[in-house]
Amino acid sequence: MAHRWAMVIDLDRCTGCETCMAACHAENNIATVDAKQAARGRAMHWIHVERYWEGEFPNVRARFQPVLCQQCDAAPCEPVCPTYAAYHNEDGLNAQVYNRCIGTRYCANACPYTARYFNWWNPVWDKPLQLQLNPDVSVREAGIMEKCTFCNQRIVATEIQAKAENREVQDGEVKPACVQSCPTTAMVFGDLDDPNSQVSRLARSMRATTLLSELGTNPKVIYLERESSHGND
Amino acid sequence: MATTSIAPEYAIDIKPDQIRQDLLRPIFQTSRRFYVLVFFLVAIGLPGIFLYANQMSEGMGVAGITRPIFWGIYIANFVFWIGISHAGTLISAILRLVNATWRRPVTRCAEAITVFALAIGAQYPIIHLGRSWLFFWLMPYPSERGIWPNFRSPLCWDFFAISTYLTGSTAFLLLPIIPDWAVVRDRASGFRKRIYTILALGWRGTPREWHRLEVAMRIMAVAILPVAISVHTIVSWDFAMAPVPMWHSTVFGPYFVAGAIFSGIAALIVAMGILRKALHLEEYLKPSHFSNLGKLLLVMSLLWVYFIFAERLTVWYGNQPAEMAAFWSIQRGRFAGLFWTMVSCNFLIPFPILAIKKLRTITGTMIASSTVVVGMWLERFLIVVPPLEHKYLPYEWGTYHPSVTEIGIAIGTLCGMILLYVLFAKLVPIISIWELKGGQHKKPFAEQALSAASRSGVHLDSTLPSTNS
Repeated sequence: MAHRWAMVIDLDRCTGCETCMAACHAENNIATVDAKQAARGRAMHWIHVERYWEGEFPNVRARFQPVLCQQCDAAPCEPVCPTYAAYHNEDGLNAQVYNRCIGTRYCANACPYTARYFNWWNPVWDKPLQLQLNPDVSVREAGIMEKCTFCNQRIVATEIQAKAENREVQDGEVKPACVQSCPTTAMVFGDLDDPNSQVSRLARSMRATTLLSELGTNPKVIYLERESSHGND
Repeated sequence: MATTSIAPEYAIDIKPDQIRQDLLRPIFQTSRRFYVLVFFLVAIGLPGIFLYANQMSEGMGVAGITRPIFWGIYIANFVFWIGISHAGTLISAILRLVNATWRRPVTRCAEAITVFALAIGAQYPIIHLGRSWLFFWLMPYPSERGIWPNFRSPLCWDFFAISTYLTGSTAFLLLPIIPDWAVVRDRASGFRKRIYTILALGWRGTPREWHRLEVAMRIMAVAILPVAISVHTIVSWDFAMAPVPMWHSTVFGPYFVAGAIFSGIAALIVAMGILRKALHLEEYLKPSHFSNLGKLLLVMSLLWVYFIFAERLTVWYGNQPAEMAAFWSIQRGRFAGLFWTMVSCNFLIPFPILAIKKLRTITGTMIASSTVVVGMWLERFLIVVPPLEHKYLPYEWGTYHPSVTEIGIAIGTLCGMILLYVLFAKLVPIISIWELKGGQHKKPFAEQALSAASRSGVHLDSTLPSTNS
């Protein structure tokens, strides 16, 4: 049975600790680059935490917003790919087939969120770090586009497990690495097609909003606005 | 249909034997200058190949592009060269269709620019691929992977548009060369004779052959026009189809086509000016040719200004925050210098030169055209880079600086283009001998050949071809 996987991120709960970034790198075998390359904009953080400052010193507050692939229903990255490397899978996710990618980078230009990352170099891990690579996730070579998959390997593994046990996938059973590692449970993952799931309930909240909603991309990452941002806190 | 009589300033008053001698000279005589030029072009261009090989083995990281500027001067060069390619086929086709008699010495050097600029320009989408060696996945062929290319992708349209245009313009260039290759064949000996015998495809100059050539050229001239227009429209859609501020614009199709023709005419004038000196074609490429093409360039310059004004004004008036970021970075920010250089090169300098009759000389049009070529490259750069530096979310903004690899490959392809053109001018009469001679006679070729044949008692069963040569 197809699902419609989605994520809700409560901005009131995010402390900007960046644990999600570290977890994502470890889970998805994301290559790291040296400081010089990172300064040139070649770091690959499928999820990253944006920081805003509000107010004037000394009355300054930091605001945080984790940004990842928004898994749009109407994704601008998909139609422009000439080889179907970027495509919409049955669960409504924007999948990226690494083996089909020839590296036109058109999808990355078309993405309004700049959520796609390009392998400028072949990945290198200092020994013995290559031993900690996740065997469930393929390592990408130079010249290939990659991005957040909502930890598709975990979704698939959970679905297989549920099928083996002859039952449906339970709400909250699938947890992408970022969701699992978030110490304040600011992130919730689940099926939007199930009206009783936690994401569905949160998505109906008055605070629910999406990033750049005016572009009509229909993201499946839903942010809960800071309640405190509407008044004094 | 009456053949238009030739105005005196275009008339080429040279005996046919002299024409043959003048135009065949580069084929039979090789100067030391030729070898020196080829050596330097290869020497300067060769590093580009090594840099490209290095990019394939190391990764795209050696290029200056980065996140979020995923396309850099590779794509700017691509658009630039495809634009230059509109020199030939389009201009030559239009001049053929309106039967402009002054076109005769101009058409071939224009058509050759088209083919070579396309061949060079088509390299860039491949050079810029992360995995260049898999470029053929854009082609629809029954593969073991069991999937077609994505026909919704503008890059897939690009593949079809460019391959159609390259095929068409190659035919458009080669068809009228056949009689000239036959001329070379008849005068050559030894190794050359064998080569040109193959190239001339058994051309004998019978009325039927002339008739077929004329019909074929008329069909090609009509067919190539929509292809040329569609090619640069589709190139513009590579940008316009993506929801990037300042790219997502309906004006891009016609704007790109106008710019392409503009840069194409400029490149043609530059090439003609150099050929005129290098191959001593002063008697063939006359000031009137440069003046006429200069007028065309003037029209295109005004059209270009109109388009860029229309584009910028609507963006500025619309005042959408995302677009304004890119807009101001071009008008006032980091790219302001390049923007105003572009406006100077494309309008402020060439406009007075081309508009004032006294200045519209060979030197004048050469200067104007050179600035236009530079200006149009800047235009492509300013279309590709600044919008990518300023997409919707300010925390994703970035800056782009071309790297040695990108610049080296750009120089390499420029040398490659010049080298192809030099070799072409060496192996093919750069001015069409038969078309030039055709312009000197009152009767078109097929008719002449027929009457000559009937005079000498040869029976030819061909019907009388139409008179448009």
